[in-house]
Amino acid sequence: MRKVALGVFCFAAGLTSAHAAEVAPLEVVFDESGYVAAPLTDTPGDPEAGRKLMSNRANANCIACHAATDLADVPFHGEVGPTFDGVASRYPEAMIRGILVNAKNVFEGTVMPSFYKVDGFNRIADGFTTKPLEGEVRPLLTAQEIENAVAYLMTLTD
Amino acid sequence: LAILAGAAAADPDADLVINDEIQIITRAEAPAHLEGALPEIRSGWTFRTRETQALQMDDFENPGFSAAEMAIEAWETAEGSAGKSCADCHGTVEEGMRGVRAVYPKWVESAGEVRTIEMQINDCRTNRMGAEEWKYIGADMVNMTALIASVSRGLPVNVAIDGPAREMWEKGKEIYYTRFGQLDMSCANCHEENYDNYIRADHLSMGMSNGFPTYRLKNTRLNALHDRFNGCIRDTRGVPFDVGSPEFVALELYVASRGNGLSVEGPSVRN
Ligand code: HEC
Ligand code: HEC
Ligand code: HEC
Repeated sequence: MRKVALGVFCFAAGLTSAHAAEVAPLEVVFDESGYVAAPLTDTPGDPEAGRKLMSNRANANCIACHAATDLADVPFHGEVGPTFDGVASRYPEAMIRGILVNAKNVFEGTVMPSFYKVDGFNRIADGFTTKPLEGEVRPLLTAQEIENAVAYLMTLTD
Repeated sequence: LAILAGAAAADPDADLVINDEIQIITRAEAPAHLEGALPEIRSGWTFRTRETQALQMDDFENPGFSAAEMAIEAWETAEGSAGKSCADCHGTVEEGMRGVRAVYPKWVESAGEVRTIEMQINDCRTNRMGAEEWKYIGADMVNMTALIASVSRGLPVNVAIDGPAREMWEKGKEIYYTRFGQLDMSCANCHEENYDNYIRADHLSMGMSNGFPTYRLKNTRLNALHDRFNGCIRDTRGVPFDVGSPEFVALELYVASRGNGLSVEGPSVRN
């Protein structure tokens, strides 16, 4: 009920605002496996934007840990996580979204950071400044960035 | 993978002999307290490229060694209200300091605490020489610790983790396995679970401290261990502990103990 009301509000506001309806980090609904079935925004993910995001060191930095043949134009892929090749053939979208939001829900004890999480951190700094963060924690990626990344990964079939 | 970092790959099996005479143990049996967490222990040197490895084989090529030599003058210079130099009390560095680097940090009975070499040096400077403290990771200090390390090269690291040091060791161990920052990563996530993997362009080592201080080609200076801890926690988007803080001293003791059995290598060369 609350969700519907929220949706209606955002639809009305959406006429003037650039932001579509979003599920806030603390409101994401996980199933018992940590999967997230519902998209985090109304705007469908843009695979091209997702690809760009993933190649960009400043934002997602996925390539620090993962390799992908499709991203071979970007130098220095990491080996900490599995390759993205064929990931969409291995896993359903809800699982991939769940991994991005909070990988620890899906893979217990994984080293992979959680990209849409704002609580439970230890000694969190303001970015890479080493200074304690003042104010609220912003997730590493926005809801739309998560959707774009999911959309991109869903193109990586065998 | 062809897309991985370029340059000549590491030679993990190469032998490290410095100046054709100092044999360095770069791989050793893992200490019992690791309880199987690592199959063996390896110096960071074994993960570096051949070019970087070569720089450490000869003191004339090792830029960290020239920095250490700069401390010889300080060693011999009287400073402070007592008008004494390090040499006045300790003799030559070789006589006074051989073996020291291998056993630090250690419980110092007279002080009633676990101390690093830096803490001992500043204690000598303030209480015995009446001189000013050196900055914990400043150039004077890091050059002096490099000089002190250099005379122990080849000796196996052998820090004590029992007796009165135990409490600090436990504390250091807890920090080692704690995740920090918004990337939520612990030392173990990178150096225990992922050594030998590339994280972007960096070839992860076991994060051993036997090579400290290290001359890094990246910032072209000697780096103190606490400086490195700082950088590793910063990279998790975390707030590091202060250099010289009890937390970093505890972490230093714990990290050193993981390397018990590897030779002291400092000043080493890393990228
Ligand atoms: C610090 C390392 C690290 C970073 C950064 C990282 N990951 Fe991961 N990722 C992992 C690891 C490790 C796994 C394997 C899960 C496990 O078993 O622990 C993984 C698994 C995955 C999987 C499942 C792949 C499979 O085949 O099992 C996906 C999808 C994924 N990551 C996406 C991403 C995306 C997208 C980003 C960036 C927004 C990212 N990861 C950033 C380490 C990382
Ligand atoms: C007036 C005498 C004196 C001077 C000057 C002095 N020290 Fe010391 N130093 C000592 C004594 C005594 C100890 C033993 C302390 C203890 O065990 O409690 C010591 C301990 C040390 C230790 C620890 C060694 C070990 O075996 O545990 C180091 C390192 C050290 N000094 C370095 C220096 C340096 C570097 C200087 C000069 C900047 C210096 N000292 C100047 C008297 C001196
Ligand atoms: C996000 C990954 C990451 C984390 C987390 C991390 N490190 Fe590192 N660390 C690195 C990288 C990359 C290097 C440089 C390459 C190498 O030697 O592994 C490094 C180097 C080191 C070195 C120098 C090794 C040498 O031979 O010169 C030490 C010591 C070290 N780390 C200790 C730690 C400790 C202690 C922690 C936890 C407080 C920690 N690291 C957390 C990535 C990490």
